[in-house]
Amino acid sequence: MKQQAQHTPPFTEGINRVDGIMKVTGAAKYSAEYELPGMTYAVFAISNITKGIITSIDIKAAERAPGVLAVLTHLNAPKVPGYESGKDPSKPPTTGGPLKFFVDNTVKYNGQPIAMVVADSFERATYAASLIKAQYKKEQHETDTEKNKFKAAAPKGGRNGGDYKRGTPDDWKTAAVKVEQEYVVPINVHNPMELSVTLAHWTADDKVTVYAKTQGVKSTQNAIAQAFKLPVENVQVTTKFVGGAFGNALRTWPHEIATVQAAKLVKRPVKTVLTRELQFNTVGYRPYTWQKVSMGASADGKLTGIIHEATAQTSSFEEFTEGTVNMTRFMYACPSVGTVYKITPLDVNTPTWMRGPGEATGAFALESAMDELADKLGIDPIELRIRNHADTDPENGKPFSSKNLKEAYEMGADKIGWSKRKLKPGTLTEDGWLIGYGMGTGVFGAGRGRATVKAALLDSGTLLIQTSVTDIGVGTGTAMTQIASEIFTGIPVKKIKFELGDSSLPPSPTQGGSTITSTVGGAVHDACTQLKEKFQQLIGNGGTDKPDYVKVLKEKNLPQLEVTVTSSGSTEMRNFSSYSYSVHFVKVKVHPKTGVVRVDNVVSVADSGHIVSPKTARSQIIGGAIGGIGMALMEEGIMDHRYGRYVNNNYADYHVPISADIPQIDALFVNKPDYRVNPMGAKGMGEIALIGMSAAVANAVYNATGKRIRELPITPDKLLA
Amino acid sequence: MKQFQYIRPATQQSVLDAITKPGARILAGGSNLIDLMKRGVTSPDKLVDIQKLPLKGISKSTGNVSSISIGALELNSAVAENKLIKEEFPLLSMALNAGASPQLRNMATVGGNMMQRTRCTYFYDTAMPCNKREPNSGCGAMEGINRMHAIFGTSEKCIAVHPSDMCVALAALDASVEVKSKKGTRYIPFTEFHRLPGETPQLDNTLTTGELITRVIIPHNNFAKNSYYLKVRDRASYAFALISVAVGLDIQGGNIKEARLAMGGVAHKPWRLKAAEQFLKGKPATVANFEQAASLAMQGAKSFGHNDFKLKMAPASIIEALSNAAKLS
Repeated sequence: MKQQAQHTPPFTEGINRVDGIMKVTGAAKYSAEYELPGMTYAVFAISNITKGIITSIDIKAAERAPGVLAVLTHLNAPKVPGYESGKDPSKPPTTGGPLKFFVDNTVKYNGQPIAMVVADSFERATYAASLIKAQYKKEQHETDTEKNKFKAAAPKGGRNGGDYKRGTPDDWKTAAVKVEQEYVVPINVHNPMELSVTLAHWTADDKVTVYAKTQGVKSTQNAIAQAFKLPVENVQVTTKFVGGAFGNALRTWPHEIATVQAAKLVKRPVKTVLTRELQFNTVGYRPYTWQKVSMGASADGKLTGIIHEATAQTSSFEEFTEGTVNMTRFMYACPSVGTVYKITPLDVNTPTWMRGPGEATGAFALESAMDELADKLGIDPIELRIRNHADTDPENGKPFSSKNLKEAYEMGADKIGWSKRKLKPGTLTEDGWLIGYGMGTGVFGAGRGRATVKAALLDSGTLLIQTSVTDIGVGTGTAMTQIASEIFTGIPVKKIKFELGDSSLPPSPTQGGSTITSTVGGAVHDACTQLKEKFQQLIGNGGTDKPDYVKVLKEKNLPQLEVTVTSSGSTEMRNFSSYSYSVHFVKVKVHPKTGVVRVDNVVSVADSGHIVSPKTARSQIIGGAIGGIGMALMEEGIMDHRYGRYVNNNYADYHVPISADIPQIDALFVNKPDYRVNPMGAKGMGEIALIGMSAAVANAVYNATGKRIRELPITPDKLLA
Repeated sequence: MKQFQYIRPATQQSVLDAITKPGARILAGGSNLIDLMKRGVTSPDKLVDIQKLPLKGISKSTGNVSSISIGALELNSAVAENKLIKEEFPLLSMALNAGASPQLRNMATVGGNMMQRTRCTYFYDTAMPCNKREPNSGCGAMEGINRMHAIFGTSEKCIAVHPSDMCVALAALDASVEVKSKKGTRYIPFTEFHRLPGETPQLDNTLTTGELITRVIIPHNNFAKNSYYLKVRDRASYAFALISVAVGLDIQGGNIKEARLAMGGVAHKPWRLKAAEQFLKGKPATVANFEQAASLAMQGAKSFGHNDFKLKMAPASIIEALSNAAKLS
C-alpha cells in the first residue's frame, strides 16, 4: 500500500488543552447550563416493582400541584409518530428493540419511568412526581445473572454472536500445565460527573432544537428525526462540552425521546436532568459477566489450547452484546482456540458499552489466566507472553499494520522496577505491608472510519476547522488543533479554531470505540492538506513555508478560502490487522491483617502509533488507569435481587477511586507511527487505557498475597476470607 | 418534598421554645438531614436552624479534673485541626479526619455528627422495608445485602450500624454530652448517648423531645502518647468503616495502666470493648495480650451472611490498632 509517511514529528510536549482554561474557570457551558425563555423541567416518577402491569395510576394530585404544566403517562402521552410505524407487534424483531416510555402499561425493570411531570421548576416537578401513585399487578422477576445462567443462549444478532473455533481447542485438557478457572466482573456503572441531560425546544411545528449530553450529535439528531418523523435537518443537536460519558451517551435513550415529546406537548422548552439514582438504570451499565478460561501449555510455556467462555446479562426486550471473548482469538500465538459467548435476558434495563467495553471484561479473565499459567509454569508472566507472542494475526493470518508490544513490555518493566518482583508470591514486604507486582495486556481494534471536515482560511488570519464530532472530555479539540498546526506551521495555535459538537456541521461519527483521533484526525489532516494545496495554487509557484495568508486573501479579494473533505481509511487496510496495545504494570501494597489494598505505583505503556497530542494522551492513559483501578478494587452495582433494586445507586455507596486512592501513574508511549491506519500514523487509545488494568491489579494482589481473587472487585473482605 | 417551616432563632431560649414538638428538627450543618429530607426518609414540619447560637469554641477548664469542652456547632474539620485537641486527644483528631470527605467535614458539626443516622440502604430507600424508618415494616437488611451491617447488639428488628467515626473516639474517651431543654441542663455519658435497636430501632439515641446538644466534654486522660484510630474501608477516603477501632493506652514502663477501646462499623452505637479493657489493665503491652483482648472483645458477635468477614476483620483490626497505639511495629 501507499506509505503515507509525510512526516514523523518528534515526540514533543504538545500543545496545551485548547479548552483547558474555559473548563477550569467555569466558562465552558455544559448542556444542562443552557437556559431558554419559558424553560420548564421534567422529572420522572418511577416503578417500584420490577416486572408486571400498571393496573391504575393516579396523577390527579400531581396535576394539581403548584407549577405543574403536564403529567405524561401511558394513558395520556401524545403519540411519538416513529414509535407507531412498521413493526408488526406479533412478530418482535429477533434482536429486540429499545424500550419506549409511556406506550403501554408494562413494567420491565425496577426504576422504569411510569410518568413524567413537567413543571416550572425542578423542585416543583420533583414534588409533584412524588405524589403519583400507581397500583400494579406484580409478576415474578429475575435479575440475578448467576441464577439465570442456565437460560443463556447465543445472541440472535449483532457482531458478537456465534461460537469461534480454530484447531482443536480441547487440546488444553491434555497439556502439561493447565489452568481452568472462572472469573466474574460485576455490574459497573459509568457514573460520569455530568448527569444525562436533554433540553428540547420546538421552534416550529416541525423543527426542534436540542441541547443534549451525547457522544454523537449526528446519531442523536437521526434518532430524534426518526422518532418524530422529521426531516433530519429540522433537528438541531448541540453538545459543546461533555463532563465524562464513558459510553453511557453513545445511544439515544427513551427518556431523551420523552423529553422531546413533552416539549411538543407543553409548547415550551423542557429540560430533563436525570438524578444520580436514575443514572444506574436509565443509561446503561457494564453487564455482569461470568467467564471461564481453560488453557493449557507445554512444559516450556507454549500455549496449546484455550477455551474462553462468557455469559453476560441483557434485558428482556433487547439484546446487548460486546466483544468479551474476542481478544482471546488473536492475542496469543495459540494453534487451537475456542470462544463461546452467551447472553441471558433479565428483568433489567439494557446494558451498554462502558469504557474498554467487553474487551475490558474479557481481558480481566484472559490476563488473569495467563498470570495463573505463568505461576504454575514457574516463569515470569512477561516471559510467558513473549513466548506466545503473535507475530501475525492468528485469527486470520494477516500481518499486523504495526505491533510493538515487546517493546512496550520492556519499557514498562524498566520503569516500574519489575526486576524487584519475586516469582514466589507473598515474599516481599515494606513497612509491614505485603508488596506485589502485576501486569496485564490490553488490546483494541484500531481502524479508521469516515468523517467530513470543512477547513477554511479566513481573511482575519484564522484557520477555522469544523465537524460535528463531540469531545467527551478526552481532548479531541486539542488533538485536532495539533494536527492542523503541524500542517499549517505558519499559523499560531491560538489562531486555529476547531468547532465541534453541532449537528449542522459536516458529519463525523459518534465519539466512542477509540476511533476519533484516527477518523476525524485523518479527515482534518486531509482537509488541511487540500486547503494548503488550494492556497498554493492561488499564489502560484514559489511562496514560502510561512506565507502571509491575510495579505494574500485580501489581495485576491477573498473573504475566505475553504475546502470540505470527506475521507476514510484506505481499502488496502483490509490486508492488515490493526490494533492498539497497552501494557499495565502495577505495584500494590496489601495489609496482611486487614486485607486493605493500596495501589502504590502504576506504569501504563501505550503502543498506539504516533502520539498526536501528548498532553491529552497522557491524561487519557491516566484516566483509563484510574478507571481500571476502580474496576479492580471497588466498582460494583449491587442489586437486592429479592426486589430487583440497586442498593448502592449513589456516589457515597458506589465507590470509584478518589484522589487518595491514586498513586503516581506514569504514562509511557512507544510512539512509533503506523501510517497504514492514517496519515498521522496515530491509533486510538481510549479503550486500551483501561483494558487489562484490572487484571494487572489482581495479578499484583496475587503476587503480594498468594491469594487469587477471581471475582471483582477485590475488597478487603475477599482477601480475609 | 413536602412544605415545612424554616426558622433561624437568635437565642438558645427561642430554639428551646421551637423544638417542643416531635415534628420540629434541629438543623446544624445539614450534611445528613438535608439528604434524608430529599430522599423522603424524614419530613419535618419545622426546621430550626441553630447556626446563630453561640455554640462554638474549644476550651480547657482546670478544676479538680481538667477537661476540654467542645461547642456543639464546632465544625468537624476545626476540631480535627485544633491545637488543644491534637495535643490532648489525638485520637479524636485522627477519628475526625478518617470520617467523610474534607468538604463534608467543613460543613458537619460535632452535634450533627452525633445525630447522623445510619447509612443502611434499606433505611434510605423508601420503597424497601425498614423498621427504623417505618416501624414494623420489616428489616430489609437481615436477609438482604448486609455487608456493612452490625455484628454486636443487634435485634430481630434492626441490624444497622451507627456510621460515625468521631463518636467511636468520643466513646473511648469517656466524653459526656451536655444537653439543654426547657427543664434545664443534663449530662449524658457518651456511651449512653446512642442506644441499641431493641424493639424500637426508630430511636437512635436517648435524647428526648425538646432537648438541644450544647457541648461535648472530654475529661483529661493520659492516652495522648499511645492513641490510634484504625479505619478499615473499601477506599482510602469518603467511605464508611467496615471496621474501625479507637484505642487509647496509658502505658507506663511497658505495662498498660489503663486501656480504652471502642469499635465502629459493628453496632447500632459506638461499641466499647470493656472486657478487653479490663483484661489489658496491668498487663504488658504485647501482641499476645492484644490477641487475648481481641478474642474477649469478640464474644457474643453474630453475623448475617455478607458481613461474616467482620468476625475475622474485627479482631485482626483490634490487634493492629493496639499494636499501633503501643508502637510495637
